[in-house]
Amino acid sequence: MTYSNPESLERIAREHLAELESRTEPLKPKERLRIPPQVMPEQPPEERRHNIREVALGYGPAQARLEALRCLQCKNAPCVEGCPVRIDIPSFIRAIAENRPEEAIAIIKRNSILPAICGRVCPQETQCQAPCTVGKSLKNIAAAVSIGRLERYAADWEREMGRAKPPEVKPETGRKVAVIGSGPASITVAADVRREGHAVTMFEAFHKPGGVLLYGIPEFRLPKRIVEEEIETLRKMGVEIRTNFVVGRTRTLNDLLEKDGYDAVFIGAGAGLPKFMNIEGENLVGVFSANEYLTRANLMRAYDRERARTPIYPSRKVAVLGGGNVAMDAARMALRIGAAEVHLIYRRTEAEMPARVEEVAHAKEEGVQFHLLQNAKRILGDEYGRVRGIELLRYELGEPDDSGRRRPVVIPESELVMEVDTVIVAIGNEPNPLIRQTTPGLQIARGGTLVVDEDGRTSIPRVFAGGDIVLGAATVILAMGEGRRAAAAINAMLAEK
Amino acid sequence: MHRIVEKKVLSDEVFLYRIEAPLIAESRKPGQFVIVQTDTEYGERIPLTIADADPVAGTITLIFQVVGDATHRLAALPEGGVIENVLGPLGRPTHIEHVGMVVCVGGGIGVAPLHPIAQAMKRAGNRLIVILGARTEKLIILESEMRALSDEFILCTDDGSRGRKALVTEPLREVCARTPKPDQVVAIGPPIMMKAVSETTRPFAIPTIVSLNSIMVDGTGMCGGCRVTVGGQTRFVCVDGPEFDGHEVDFTNLMQRLRTYKPFEDQAHERCHLELQIQELKKHA
Ligand SMILES: Cc1cc2nc3c(=O)[nH]c(=O)nc-3n(C[C@H](O)[C@H](O)[C@H](O)COP(=O)(O)OP(=O)(O)OC[C@H]3O[C@@H](n4cnc5c(N)ncnc54)[C@H](O)[C@@H]3O)c2cc1C
Ligand code: SF4
Ligand code: FES
Repeated sequence: MTYSNPESLERIAREHLAELESRTEPLKPKERLRIPPQVMPEQPPEERRHNIREVALGYGPAQARLEALRCLQCKNAPCVEGCPVRIDIPSFIRAIAENRPEEAIAIIKRNSILPAICGRVCPQETQCQAPCTVGKSLKNIAAAVSIGRLERYAADWEREMGRAKPPEVKPETGRKVAVIGSGPASITVAADVRREGHAVTMFEAFHKPGGVLLYGIPEFRLPKRIVEEEIETLRKMGVEIRTNFVVGRTRTLNDLLEKDGYDAVFIGAGAGLPKFMNIEGENLVGVFSANEYLTRANLMRAYDRERARTPIYPSRKVAVLGGGNVAMDAARMALRIGAAEVHLIYRRTEAEMPARVEEVAHAKEEGVQFHLLQNAKRILGDEYGRVRGIELLRYELGEPDDSGRRRPVVIPESELVMEVDTVIVAIGNEPNPLIRQTTPGLQIARGGTLVVDEDGRTSIPRVFAGGDIVLGAATVILAMGEGRRAAAAINAMLAEK
Repeated sequence: MHRIVEKKVLSDEVFLYRIEAPLIAESRKPGQFVIVQTDTEYGERIPLTIADADPVAGTITLIFQVVGDATHRLAALPEGGVIENVLGPLGRPTHIEHVGMVVCVGGGIGVAPLHPIAQAMKRAGNRLIVILGARTEKLIILESEMRALSDEFILCTDDGSRGRKALVTEPLREVCARTPKPDQVVAIGPPIMMKAVSETTRPFAIPTIVSLNSIMVDGTGMCGGCRVTVGGQTRFVCVDGPEFDGHEVDFTNLMQRLRTYKPFEDQAHERCHLELQIQELKKHA
């Protein structure tokens, strides 16, 4: 894709919009379909691969309104079906088209409490934008209405105008709820439960709250000040946040219920246990989990070489193993830390990559080199135990498996060696076992996730759970949706007593 | 925020801090550690073993040696000052049991985490032999405390400035050769010492526990930066350890991994020296 500069995108949109507005007739669907999909203004690739600032700059007002005019306002609104929290998408889009961003954000916030975040990180192309009528009519899913970017536009407008207000909190009920973790599931529960007037304490193991939003997803995709503002909103609502507190070690879950007098506990501890490949050489110096690499870079700010005290490995040639968002983030971060070459190795093809399409496109534009249908066999070390290369095997796609995806099959004797000094393993995360190991009676599914009913109740009375600890590594929006349901159940339980 | 209620200089490079941390003081057990960070915005997180705790006063005791930037900054804090972040207690507690005769081998700063373990071993009814080693007299810590606990006490220094001029493995081998031989050895110190201790006890088939001090970030099992190879398998020191069977640990890999950031650390420590000197100069100016 060719790069367009942000000012010219907005100028062209402004002209186009003026032309449409000069007409008296309402737009016909055919005309709406002819409006070009608005390109997201971005930092130029050769510049951004050396800085940590956000890549996507956001639509200007004209671009946003023009994009919103592409929406056909379908009666059946298939997009809403595709949205895990069922935002009233056509209504908020119409509000943007008609230049009422305040109303747009109010509509979104009825269903989502983190729109500035979800607008940036949701996999829209598999959710709301997948069934969009515009994309279908144009026979190109990439040409669907950019619902996510419009959501972001509305949320950013509110924040930048200083219009965001903390939700109202009902009078104190004297009840108290403990929330474990501070990722999107926990943020949602804290806000929804606090709103009803219950006291809420949030316990976070790290020294800063935010969960994966803070330590995992990089600044260049999700600016940390946005996450910090969400946390600040919780504080303003009166949520107490206790960092440096590991439930299961500093205190057990039972202590919270029995000794500390919490009426309910929500577990939103995420999926923070990195998977490794269990191959030869994986403990060599220069092999990192994506979690470690990204935590050093994001939470500990190792990209800021002047001020940060936490070191990060100085790499020249990096191999990243995996094809999800985590792999893309690690690869792009490695470029920003200063690697000359970054190679992404994935054992299926691009069509099967679980990463957001936008991240895959961004990674390629920034120069990450993709090696598809390949996988690591072993990692090679030098006499000091440092990585000097990686031995790969080639794959081909075979018969479809249970999920319908064609299974990668190894091609015998297809070994090849790639010289690298760093290997980042990004093949997935599992739930951290700490809470289940220290909480007798908590029912666990295969794979270590917690078993809950449709309202998020675990096998222990008054204990609820949601987000990645229940779903396995999933998404921000699903974590938020689960938090919503659990909070409703907690509020109902506390109202009864 | 954790106030430093007492600061003692144990030797040139070794400090004892007693800090406020009531919840940790209440729940910690011998063998566990904390993660400390002096500055929330840019500081590094470092693991330190809990040397002692007073649940009534709500304090824990940390003993650390200045080895790099983070420990240097920690050492620069005054008594009454605060440490911004202390997380814990982390890791699995030491398995304490009445086994008969236990030898505790401590090297350098490793004596600090060894002390609560020795205490607990003694309390469990074990006969206790303590072997302490240090490079030189000035670096010996907790001598009188350890001596008071032990049924037999052996002190050695590399340069012979105090006690026997020997490495700890020398008296250890003699003790292992006795009949009856010890039932259990616990060794904490630099990796090279723990490796030597494990090699010493291996021919005698005496169970040997070592406490590993790998690089850490979160300390809760989230990053895998602390991983070590034990019995051919990958284990996370922060959640599976810090104690492991010394006969199974791949010490070579551990030592290599500990040097991952060596060039960076030397540079950072250098910079830290300069910054602290400038601060001093400004104070006097
Ligand atoms: C690098 C990366 C990129 C991603 N990109 C995307 C994306 O683009 N789009 C998307 O939708 N999703 C993405 N995800 C997934 C998404 O971030 C998660 O699904 C989501 O954050 C899960 O939310 P959660 O609230 O369940 O838990 P988390 O966000 O994982 O938060 C859990 C928190 O609990 C804390 N905790 C754990 N155990 C304890 C304990 N015992 N005591 C106290 N605190 C504890 C942890 O420290 C952590 O802060 C990404 C994930 C990663 C790692
Ligand atoms: S499906 Fe697409 S065109 Fe139809 S209402 Fe939703 S966003 Fe608008
Ligand atoms: S320190 Fe991160 S997993 Fe052990």
